[in-house]
Amino acid sequence: MIPFDIGLDLFPMLAAVFASVSCGLLGNFLVLRRLSLMGDAISHSVLPGLVVAFLLTQARSPWVMFAGAAAAGVATVVLVELVKRLGRVEPGAAMGVVFSVLFALGVLLIEQAAVRHIDLDADCVLHGQLETLAWYGAPAAWDGVFAWETFQAMPRQVIVLAVTCAATIGFVAVLFKELRIAAFDAGLASSQGFNANFLHYALMVFVASATVASFEAVGSILVIAMLVCPAATARLLTDRLRSQIVWSVVLAVLSGVGGYLAATAVPAAFGKDSVNAAGSIALMAGALLVLAIVASPSHGLVTRLIRQRSLSRRIALDDLLAAMYRRDEASDGKPSALVVPSQVHRRSWNRAMAHAVRRGLIAADRRSLTDTGRVEAAALVRKHRLWEHYLVERVGLPADHVHETAELLEHLRPSPADGPATDPHGRVIP
Amino acid sequence: MWLLGLVQQENTGTHGPTSITNVTDEWPGWAQVFETLTLRAGFNTNTVIVGTTLLGLAAGVIGVFMLLRKRSLMTDALSHATLPGIGMAFLGATAMGLDGRSLPVLLLGAAVTGVLGVLCIQAILRLTRLREDAAIGIVLSVFFGAGVVVLSYIQANAAAGAAGLNKFIYGQTAAMSVGDAALMGGIAAAAILVTLLFLKEFSLACFNDAFARVDGWPVTVLDLMMMALVVLVTVAGLQAVGLLLVVAMLIIPSVSARFWTERLWLLLVVAGVIGALSGYLGSVVSALLPRKPAGSVIVLTSGAVFVVSLVLAPSRGVLASVSRRLKMRLRIAGDHLVEAAYERETRDAERGVLLDAEIARLAKVRGWSVWFRPLAIGLLRWRGDLDAAKHGMRLTESGRARGARVSRNHALWEQYLVTYADIAPSHVDWSVDQVEHVLSEPLIAELEQSLERRGAPVSPAADRGKNGVRRDNGRAGGVV
Repeated sequence: MIPFDIGLDLFPMLAAVFASVSCGLLGNFLVLRRLSLMGDAISHSVLPGLVVAFLLTQARSPWVMFAGAAAAGVATVVLVELVKRLGRVEPGAAMGVVFSVLFALGVLLIEQAAVRHIDLDADCVLHGQLETLAWYGAPAAWDGVFAWETFQAMPRQVIVLAVTCAATIGFVAVLFKELRIAAFDAGLASSQGFNANFLHYALMVFVASATVASFEAVGSILVIAMLVCPAATARLLTDRLRSQIVWSVVLAVLSGVGGYLAATAVPAAFGKDSVNAAGSIALMAGALLVLAIVASPSHGLVTRLIRQRSLSRRIALDDLLAAMYRRDEASDGKPSALVVPSQVHRRSWNRAMAHAVRRGLIAADRRSLTDTGRVEAAALVRKHRLWEHYLVERVGLPADHVHETAELLEHLRPSPADGPATDPHGRVIP
Repeated sequence: MWLLGLVQQENTGTHGPTSITNVTDEWPGWAQVFETLTLRAGFNTNTVIVGTTLLGLAAGVIGVFMLLRKRSLMTDALSHATLPGIGMAFLGATAMGLDGRSLPVLLLGAAVTGVLGVLCIQAILRLTRLREDAAIGIVLSVFFGAGVVVLSYIQANAAAGAAGLNKFIYGQTAAMSVGDAALMGGIAAAAILVTLLFLKEFSLACFNDAFARVDGWPVTVLDLMMMALVVLVTVAGLQAVGLLLVVAMLIIPSVSARFWTERLWLLLVVAGVIGALSGYLGSVVSALLPRKPAGSVIVLTSGAVFVVSLVLAPSRGVLASVSRRLKMRLRIAGDHLVEAAYERETRDAERGVLLDAEIARLAKVRGWSVWFRPLAIGLLRWRGDLDAAKHGMRLTESGRARGARVSRNHALWEQYLVTYADIAPSHVDWSVDQVEHVLSEPLIAELEQSLERRGAPVSPAADRGKNGVRRDNGRAGGVV
């Protein structure tokens, strides 16, 4: 049984879900625009923003910190853009330079702060402190839920996250059309009259604020995971942006809830203390991605394998039927040996033979076509010879070069109703 | 309880002075600085300094290949992916009854998961339609998440506690023993040696992998070797600079060096020097001053070098390109001005027309800003093309010659575009404007001849004799 305590677990989980959803939503556009690592860069360089804001004001007011971090986030985007443009540096390297320098600055500043007896814990920035978001004023009964006192007792970080999440949903919903065009074709977006550059920065501002809001509760590592993983997973599940977004939200919620429960439940099953929830959520998002890579119905490995298998089976069967038809045609009905083409594997040949017999296309003695088999084989050979005809007449290939190409094209589905009577080699088209 | 629950106010005692008044760093005396700089500050410090310098050198050199292969950020994923390896090596070694904190064991674990992370990136790229940035982000965050989980597990459950494992995240030269530093220096030296041995092969694979493949080189193996070197450097740097910043040692020196040179061997030398220098300075500073983590100082040093390179580098630097662009704009503006003036004089059939109205009109049409206009005019006057008479600006003899030449280029191009490029006469002027400044002398001569041969109208013969293009060694030829 999973241990779940409303007071202890509800809000950490809610925080994780809100953070995951806002990052997951924005991640869709980052992944499409190949900016996934911008989230990484921003969440690294938020550190100096926090420290500078704190050192400047000496206040731990949330708004000061928020402003400092958001400013650092936007500054990162601008700096990366500057380095890229002014220095003509490759985007990846530009990002690496900017965020590592800013991060180093942050670490150094933290150490400086420590000189003044202020211990800023840099680890916390990485892992977050989900577990500390306990709801001490948890109501005993449901009628207490809506009282003001209950609300006040809620951890403030969760409320910040909820607001951020709502704002992000609003942003994506209102600017969906624009974001979609800009994600796929920034040039088109600009020519349609809205500023792709502005959209880029608006998106980055939202990424920065989602990062900052999530930071305190869930840590930067979860932010990075959530900006990339759900969107990447969703991208493997669907080809439409709308459903990709829906999927990414579903996946974000799943990894948030699942990862949080796993962090407490799995170690508890072995009688150990619970592990870091943020890390576990990131792991869960990774696990979902692996699952999608393997088992996605449209792009998964399994599907692709099955599709490939069935295609190669169909082609083997086609080749077998056509070969039999050609043998009959050449020998004028007299029985003669069927030659296995050298490029065909004997096992797949046998398998195709068994398949054909089962479907009643080839007689049980495996030596001649049945009537249905002959009709099907004739259709195939017809397609082959029509293609040859087309390649010679229309494409202008020499007649002795077209067989291989036709051999590939004959497996395509459509079959024209009328055409010439003979192929370039003078054989009759069935 | 804000953000920095982070901020735990009272920092009791583990490090630092206890008196409230004593809040500044202790600055070392000059003698001490000199001693440390010249490696006379004792064996322990020296080992660390030499080790870090070697590490910087190795990272700088290998980073060049990563930059050329466009793999800069893959190294970031790699370094993040070492964290679970460290934790698991600790757990494994403890379970087997070994010392969980023995550095070689931890580094081995780090290397294993680091390589695994890189392989995962390759697998994602090959098996799915996700792009490289997403693959890197996925591996980076999921592996690091796994590392955080393992560390928190150790913290909560392992008997010995995870004390000391955290130092791999941010790095801590102060905690390094002589043995650790020697191990780091040794790995770095080995990496440098291998790089030097395979310099030719690596450069080939970096610049043209298709050619290298065709030429029979095992590019995949070479790629793997480069990656292995990166793993070595990353792992070696874990303790000194930490896994979050080791990527900077690989990226920044090569990116900075790229500003200064276009030649590979020079690139390697410059990147190596920048890396070694920042490694050296970083470790010296952190040895001298308390609370200056070597990792940060190293990264900030190379960051400073990067900024200097970005601004000052001779041809790729910002200053250079700004001045180049300004020169170009000024030259073009000057051309426009003398051309307009010359055409005005021709139209009015009178020399020495006052040009102020013409200049004002031109400034408006061309959109010259308030500061740009005096600059352009100043340049023309300095070159003696324009003369400030009592009542206003006037064209000098050389300015007139130049104006004639520009005007003639303009006409030639217009003619060319209409005749050969099939552009409608009403459309040529715009494009002519763009190209008349790019004409080279031989091209002009050729154009002129071919147009004459075909009997196409060329500009007035008088111009050609007097202001022949050949005479003026092509100041108008210019930037191609």
